[in-house]
Amino acid sequence: MLKTWFSNQLVLGLVQATAAAACALMVVLLARKRQIHLETDVMVALMRGLTQIVAVGSVLVLLLHAPSWTSVFALTAMIFAAGSISARRAKNLPGSYGVSTWSIACGAGLVIAVMTWLGVIDVAITSLIPVGSMLIANAMNTNGLALNRFRADVLAHAGEIEAALSLGANPNESVSPYVQASLEASLIPAIDSLRSLGIVWIPGLMAGMLLSGARPVYAAIYQFVVLAMIFAASGLTSLLSTLLIRAHAFSSAEQLALRPGIAKPKAAAA
Amino acid sequence: MTSPGPEPTSIVLEAQHLGRIVDSRALVDDISVQVFRREILAVVGPSGSGKSSFLRLLNRLDEPTSGTVLLESVDYRQIPPRELRRRVGMVTQRPFLFPGSVASNLRFGPLQRGETLSDEAVDLLLTQVGLPGYGERDVANLSGGEAQRISLARTLANQPVVLLLDEPTSALDENAKRGIESLIGEIIAGGNLSCIMVTHDISQAARSASRVMLLEGGRATRIGQTQQVLHV
Repeated sequence: MLKTWFSNQLVLGLVQATAAAACALMVVLLARKRQIHLETDVMVALMRGLTQIVAVGSVLVLLLHAPSWTSVFALTAMIFAAGSISARRAKNLPGSYGVSTWSIACGAGLVIAVMTWLGVIDVAITSLIPVGSMLIANAMNTNGLALNRFRADVLAHAGEIEAALSLGANPNESVSPYVQASLEASLIPAIDSLRSLGIVWIPGLMAGMLLSGARPVYAAIYQFVVLAMIFAASGLTSLLSTLLIRAHAFSSAEQLALRPGIAKPKAAAA
Repeated sequence: MTSPGPEPTSIVLEAQHLGRIVDSRALVDDISVQVFRREILAVVGPSGSGKSSFLRLLNRLDEPTSGTVLLESVDYRQIPPRELRRRVGMVTQRPFLFPGSVASNLRFGPLQRGETLSDEAVDLLLTQVGLPGYGERDVANLSGGEAQRISLARTLANQPVVLLLDEPTSALDENAKRGIESLIGEIIAGGNLSCIMVTHDISQAARSASRVMLLEGGRATRIGQTQQVLHV
C-alpha cells in the first residue's frame, strides 16, 4: 500500500521505518499496561539502531570502493563496539568489558579469519563486512546472554557459592554449575536457529542472494554455512567469556565480589 | 550445656582492631577479642549490629578495611584463603546443601584437598550429629533441623579448629533448635574445637556460651563471662 503512495525510495524507506517502529512501540505500550517499563530502553534502541544503520549504509557506499584490507579496520571497530554493548548486559560485573571484547575478538575473529583463509567467506569487502558483522553481532548477543545469566545466577546462589568457599573450595569450582548453565542458556538461540533453518525462517541473506540471481540450492547451502559459522563464533565467544568472567566474580583473596546488595568497601586492606 | 571453661593460655583466634567500612558506614568497628580453645563465645546484639559482618571477617569471606585476625598466632593474610576456611569452618543460618546425597555433601570439603572421606568417616560424622544411616539420603528430602545437622557435619568433615555459627537455629522450631544447641555443646566439649556463635537470642547465648560479646552499632560494647554480660 505504501509503495503506491510514495514513489521516492528515501521517503518510502522512512515511512516504512516509522511503521515498523510503531509496531515496536505497541509492544512498549502493552508492556507498560503490565507495569513493565521498556520505554526508555526501546526508544533509545530504535533511534540508535536507525541512526547507526543509516550511517553504516553511507560508510559502506564509500567502503565498496576501498581496498579489501580496510575491512579489517571496520571489523575491528565492530568488535570493540560489540564488546562495549554486550558488557552492559553484565551490569556491575567487574571486568565485563575486557572479557567481552577479548571473547568476541577471539571467538568471532578466529572464525572470520579461518573461514576467509579457506575461502568460505569471500575476501571482497562487500562479502567480508556483511558476513563478518553477522558473526560479530551474534557473538555479541550470545556473550551478552551468557554474562547476564552468569551474573543473575551468581547473585541468586551467593549462599551456595559462599558455602562452597567456606568449605575450602576453589572459586572456579564454586561457580562451575552457573558457568555451565550460562553457557548452555546463551547457545539456545544459535542452536534453535540451526534447528529451525528453512522450516520456521528463511533468513535475509538467502532471500538477498535469491533476489540477486543466485541459484536457490547454492543460496540455501550458503545460508547453512553462515548459520554454522554463527554457531561456531557464538559458541567460541561464550565458552571464552564464561571461562574468563569467573575470575572477575572473586577478589584476589577468593571472596565473592558479586553479592546481592553488596557495596564496595571504602578501602581494601593490603 | 554451657561449654566447658576456656583454657586461658590457649588463644586460638584473635581479632585485632578489626573493622569494615562500606559506603562510609562502619559495619564492624574496631573489634578486638580473643577466642580460647574449647570455648563457645556468643556474639549477641540487635539486628544490624554487625554480628554476621563480624563473623564473615573471621574466615575472610569479606575483607577487613582495618585490623587483622590471628589464627593460632599467625596473621590470617599469611594463610591461603582455602586453608584458612578449612580451619575456620562456618555454618550459616540456612544450610545451603549442595544437590545430591548427604554423603556427597560431607565429602565435598575433604575432596577440595584431594582427600576422599571413607564410608566409615561419613558414618562417624552422621552419628556425631545424630543422623546415623542418612548417608545415601537425598538432601532435598531432609527437614530443616536435619539439613542444619548435615551442614554442621559437612563443616566438621574439614576438621576445623574454630567453628563459626551464624544464627544456626534461627530458622528452626523449638525442638530442632534445642537439639542443635545440645549437639554443639557436645561437639565442643568432646573435641578440641572453639566456637563463635552469633545469635540474637539472649537465652540461647546464656544456655550455650561461656563468654559473651555484646555488639551495638558494629562496636563491641561488652565482652566477658556470660553471667556478667547478660546478668543471668
